[in-house]
Amino acid sequence: MTKQPAIELKNITKRFGKVVANKNVNLTAYRGEILSVLGENGSGKTTLMNMISGIYFPDEGHIFIDGKEAVITSPKEAFGYKIGMIHQHFKLVDVFSAAENIVLGIENGKYNLKDSAKEIKKISEQYGFDVDPKKKIYTMSVSEKQTVEIIKVLYRGADILILDEPTAVLTPQETEKLFAILRRMRDDGKCIIIITHKLHEVLSLSDRVSVLRKGEYIGTVNTSETSESELTEMMVGKKIDLNIQRDEPKNTEERLTVNSITCVDKTGTVMLDNVSFSVKSGEILGIAGIAGSGQRELLESIAGLQRLEYGDIFYFDPKTGKKESLRDKNPLQIRQMGVRLSFVPEDRLGMGLVGNMDIVDNMMLRSYSKGHSLFLKRNKPKSLAMKIINDLEVVTPSASTPVRRLSGGNVQKVLVGREISSSPTVLMVAYPVRGLDINSSYMIYNLLNQQKAQGVAIIFVGEDLDVLVELCDRIMVIGSGRVTGVVDARTTTKEEIGLLMTKPKDDGKENGNG
Amino acid sequence: MAKKTDSKKEPLFHVVKRDDMPAGKAWLIRIAAIVFSFLLVGLLSMAITEKSFGETYEIMFSGVFGRLFEGKTTMLWKYLQEIAILLCLALALTPAFKMKFWNCGAEGQALVGGLASIFCMIQFGSSLSYPVLMVVIVVTSILAGAIWGIIPAVFKALFNTNETLFTLMMNYIATQIIAYYVYIEGGGSNVINPVAYGNFPTVGNNDYFVNIVTVAGITVLMYAYLRFSKQGYEISVVGESQNTARYVGINVKKVIIRTMAISGGLCGVAGMLLVAGKDHSINTNLVGGDGFTAILMSWLGQFNPFIMVVMTAIVIFLRLGVAKVADTALLNHSFSEIIVGIVILILVGCEFFIHYSIKFRQSKKEVKA
Repeated sequence: MTKQPAIELKNITKRFGKVVANKNVNLTAYRGEILSVLGENGSGKTTLMNMISGIYFPDEGHIFIDGKEAVITSPKEAFGYKIGMIHQHFKLVDVFSAAENIVLGIENGKYNLKDSAKEIKKISEQYGFDVDPKKKIYTMSVSEKQTVEIIKVLYRGADILILDEPTAVLTPQETEKLFAILRRMRDDGKCIIIITHKLHEVLSLSDRVSVLRKGEYIGTVNTSETSESELTEMMVGKKIDLNIQRDEPKNTEERLTVNSITCVDKTGTVMLDNVSFSVKSGEILGIAGIAGSGQRELLESIAGLQRLEYGDIFYFDPKTGKKESLRDKNPLQIRQMGVRLSFVPEDRLGMGLVGNMDIVDNMMLRSYSKGHSLFLKRNKPKSLAMKIINDLEVVTPSASTPVRRLSGGNVQKVLVGREISSSPTVLMVAYPVRGLDINSSYMIYNLLNQQKAQGVAIIFVGEDLDVLVELCDRIMVIGSGRVTGVVDARTTTKEEIGLLMTKPKDDGKENGNG
Repeated sequence: MAKKTDSKKEPLFHVVKRDDMPAGKAWLIRIAAIVFSFLLVGLLSMAITEKSFGETYEIMFSGVFGRLFEGKTTMLWKYLQEIAILLCLALALTPAFKMKFWNCGAEGQALVGGLASIFCMIQFGSSLSYPVLMVVIVVTSILAGAIWGIIPAVFKALFNTNETLFTLMMNYIATQIIAYYVYIEGGGSNVINPVAYGNFPTVGNNDYFVNIVTVAGITVLMYAYLRFSKQGYEISVVGESQNTARYVGINVKKVIIRTMAISGGLCGVAGMLLVAGKDHSINTNLVGGDGFTAILMSWLGQFNPFIMVVMTAIVIFLRLGVAKVADTALLNHSFSEIIVGIVILILVGCEFFIHYSIKFRQSKKEVKA
């Protein structure tokens, strides 16, 4: 059987202001195949797919569906062409059931949940989904929500499916399950396009790989004829060593101890349940877990941003050797106690930095209040900004550019640079390489390793298990706010961590009382 | 599902967000909008009053500046005085706006400030010496305005109430209190006759000198406060992201309340300038809607005090000038308000072209399937 092109892109160009997100991209995807679109963050993968699914409109170029030119100006029209996109961030109504979400927004059809449930069941059986149409979204796990998203587009009759980084939030076991489903859909004659930057997934799943770099189309290769190093070279433009350096911890001593803390959010849900652990100087403690298992609350508790219901946090001062409690202290009080605690939060522009302020003003966020003067002193922050721009190779027009104008990698360099500049004794980083290109990611790993060599106790919350296993000394796994295990990163496997991530509570009780 | 795909055309144009407009070009667009609005004002006035374009502007200038060349400058001072009040209110709102606290209560905060002034003038006018009386007036007016600003701020900080509705409601309360006060003080006439005590001094021949100098001072101070002070920096951080503020240990509640004390206090100053520096009396229409116009002035000035000076100067020029045009043509004052409204709409509207660009369909077609 000859392959039928399902979708063809010709000379697609899209600009955002001066930024060229896509430049003369040509791409073809056939029916009955899985095509990976591979590229670093910021290489224009998502923009390209958004143009196919009607969210953006291309400035130049043409899209052909089944050989005919198509004009797609809205997601609805995209559905008309049987194109369905599964976004990285799910677009579901939390208080609705799976079935309600699936039929939501479909016009000229009768609203009949019973019939829909039947239809959903049929689709589920056909491809091996496991979903209860009556289950409410807010009670679902991330992987279940993703399943609903996929069924949603299938229900609408999509036969070109685009998945944007579908494995970013899944455990290794869930990923395998998803891949099996995608393969079944391929064999059913659907055209599947998956956006990703994870090389091993590309190699294990797809038939062909198209690579984008800085918005430009580099080329397409057959998966069976390529290798990890060739793909990296296409992606980055040069050969790159993908190994992360890891030294043995030196001069370790107790630095921070978390003592059975419990923490509850506004609605009364237990976010951290009796969590205990400690970090030593000169080591990197990794924290793994499904997104939303309490990682954020854990770091914020230590940083003084969460109220603790129970438990305590102790800091061991390296100079005096004194043991000090950080419970019920706000970030300012913690700093005034002489605790050099640095924190690179997950939400860089919403918490770590102020997007509309320039680099200089962001440098003094932590230090502006020092001294008795009513007025700000911008000399030191200015020289610090210049130093970070030079040392970390931040690409910016000037130190007075608002940080939101910088690319993700450069924003992170500014934030990490500032946090390291206060020579911390404890450094907490949450998803520090999320959205970064390969070069920036490796620069961040190197910075963390430098800090480790200087005796800093580092807590690293990550999502990419490959990285956690290669970079950290120990890995603590949490699930639903509880510690489900601590493993030696040098001997563990991804699968072991994956199992711990989804390990059910062993005491059987809901929301244990700490 | 997809039926008429072949006949579909690329849309005529689509709108694209941009944030890379160079500052110079952005200002060129704004200046073009101002020029355009002045042309439109002239043309509209021409159409209605049946005078020539030149004549219309001649009348407008005389309405604002009077007969400058005959040595009488009272009109000019009146122009500056009106700028001063509107500017003072706009400056007062700016710190709150930078904090993304939408203070729509400048009207009420200025009214209670004015109320404090007239109360002191009437109660203590004859008993206190002039310098002491002036100090009392200044302090109580600022306090009154500050309290009117703090009340919604406390509710916002503690219970996260909606500040827009809250401050608007506070306006009505202020208006009613003043109506009641005027009823009591004015006896049956419902008018308070100008009070002779506690008036700002006349400098040279000019009644408004103190008002104008005061607001000029506030302009410079506000610029420095927002740009160079630690408190101004805290305001920006809280406004941009409360999470960031918490992350660095800023006490968000304290900043909200403190900033609204400043905002309300400055509105109180505007009320005082109106009472002690101009009317020497009070009525419910003391501020006359300037508390709302000031919201636009603060925005059009992009929260920069010096740009606000220019914006208020333009708006007051039109207000006085077009009022004169309306007078000569025997139209009522609404004409002036309509014109000012149109101009503000144009000035706000031109921001669209700064933040978005419009891409038209390209006529040529290449590539075949």
